[in-house]
Amino acid sequence: MIEVPTNVIQRVLTGLGRFSLMVAEVLRSLTTQRLSGRDLVDQLHFIGVKSQMVVLVTGAFTGMVLCAQTYFQFHKVKMDTATLAVVSVSMCGELGPVLTALMVAGRVGASMAAQLGTMRVTEQIDALRTLATHPIDYLVVPRVVATMIAVPLLTAESIAVGILAAYLVGVHLLQIDPGYSLVNMQRFTDHRDVLMGFIKSFIFGGIIATTGCYKGIHCGQGAEGVGHATTEAVVYASIAILISNFFLTLLLTRLLALI
Amino acid sequence: MIKVRQLRKRFGDQQVLDGVDLTIEKGESLVIIGRSGGGKSVLLKHIVGLTPPDSGQVLVDGQDIAHLNERALLAVRRKFGMLFQSAALFDSLTVEENIAFVLSRERNHTPEEISRRVAEALEMVEMPGVQKKKPAELSGGMRKRVGLARAIIYRPEVVFYDEPTTGLDPVVSDSIDKLIVRVCERLKVTTVVITHDMRSMQAVGRRVAMLHHGRIYTSGTPVELMASADPVVSRFVRGISDEKEHTF
Repeated sequence: MIEVPTNVIQRVLTGLGRFSLMVAEVLRSLTTQRLSGRDLVDQLHFIGVKSQMVVLVTGAFTGMVLCAQTYFQFHKVKMDTATLAVVSVSMCGELGPVLTALMVAGRVGASMAAQLGTMRVTEQIDALRTLATHPIDYLVVPRVVATMIAVPLLTAESIAVGILAAYLVGVHLLQIDPGYSLVNMQRFTDHRDVLMGFIKSFIFGGIIATTGCYKGIHCGQGAEGVGHATTEAVVYASIAILISNFFLTLLLTRLLALI
Repeated sequence: MIKVRQLRKRFGDQQVLDGVDLTIEKGESLVIIGRSGGGKSVLLKHIVGLTPPDSGQVLVDGQDIAHLNERALLAVRRKFGMLFQSAALFDSLTVEENIAFVLSRERNHTPEEISRRVAEALEMVEMPGVQKKKPAELSGGMRKRVGLARAIIYRPEVVFYDEPTTGLDPVVSDSIDKLIVRVCERLKVTTVVITHDMRSMQAVGRRVAMLHHGRIYTSGTPVELMASADPVVSRFVRGISDEKEHTF
């Protein structure tokens, strides 16, 4: 029988408790405090505008490789014109939201944890509190709201670029018939696939920001503490995205079937 | 105005505060001295409500703030200004944005009024014309001055200084001490300084309390402490180590 040390269980439960309290405080702040427009725009610029390149490259090359791999298999059974339909459905419901979220977690989640962690170890968060400002209101809420707005938009961009790149590879490089491909794409890609991707990316945005902010605000002392917080923010957010994606797929498929 | 009663705090195996009793009267200038790692900064963080105690009370104008939640504490902290040991300036903001932080968030001040009050605060700390600089462009002494300007711009009732002269050369330290005295006299604020710098203690303190082994060991005027025959006080104020004790 495997024995789990009591202090490990205690640490995990303490962490979950603190995380829940932080999320509850974010919700309380959203309903009772006025969000600064300038802080939100600053964060939207950092999270949304500055993540463009990484998201576009990820979307484009994912679409291209998915198109090529699908074509190589479908060509064997003479189903070439279904290639772009597979790309479209996969990009909208799964690959677009998940890969975009993972890339944003790496760039933005790490940055949030490092920034807030440094603020913590240099007493800037304590300074905020002495200046009668709640750290959740000033540091966490604008980041969470901005990420939950930016990630769905980045995902839409990634999906569009991925499908476009797949079309260019499929039609111009692999010589798939464009007319039939587009018809099949439209026939098999449902509005529910798009909606599923949108809902997932919204939730993933929340996961990235809350994890990054939580790890930063509760980071350990010194450079080592900030380093750990940054690594853990990316790892935990990525794992949470992958696990929640599975359950969201099951749940949303059932729910969206009712529409 | 501020009363600390039987304050206790333990970190792991270490009992940092072990029943601290302290009263800070309105308008007084109190210096808290004690060994490095002896809990001075921890005590200060309890008084400001940044750290919750294990037990005990911190009464601010009769209200026990020891167990208030963070939102309730924000209103209490409006009475306090604090200069941190590292100044703790927000490095993503300019000097002007740092100093104007509280006023900007209150939303009931015009930009002209904020600019004027920032200039006045900078004038008081003898740092005019640095509004557009970033904290990274400032020296240690300049950062402390800007930190002090940020702490006093909203006219707090009590200003706390956590090791204001640590890491500064003697000349800059002396100028910071004089600045603390000037701010105290001009703004008529209660001043609480945490330090282990004996020159600083004599320059700014009207009353001195010594924290030793987690308790207030003694208090008196700077002259009384400097002349004390008590071996613990005497060794500390003269900087003489005890061979029987670890001094680091």
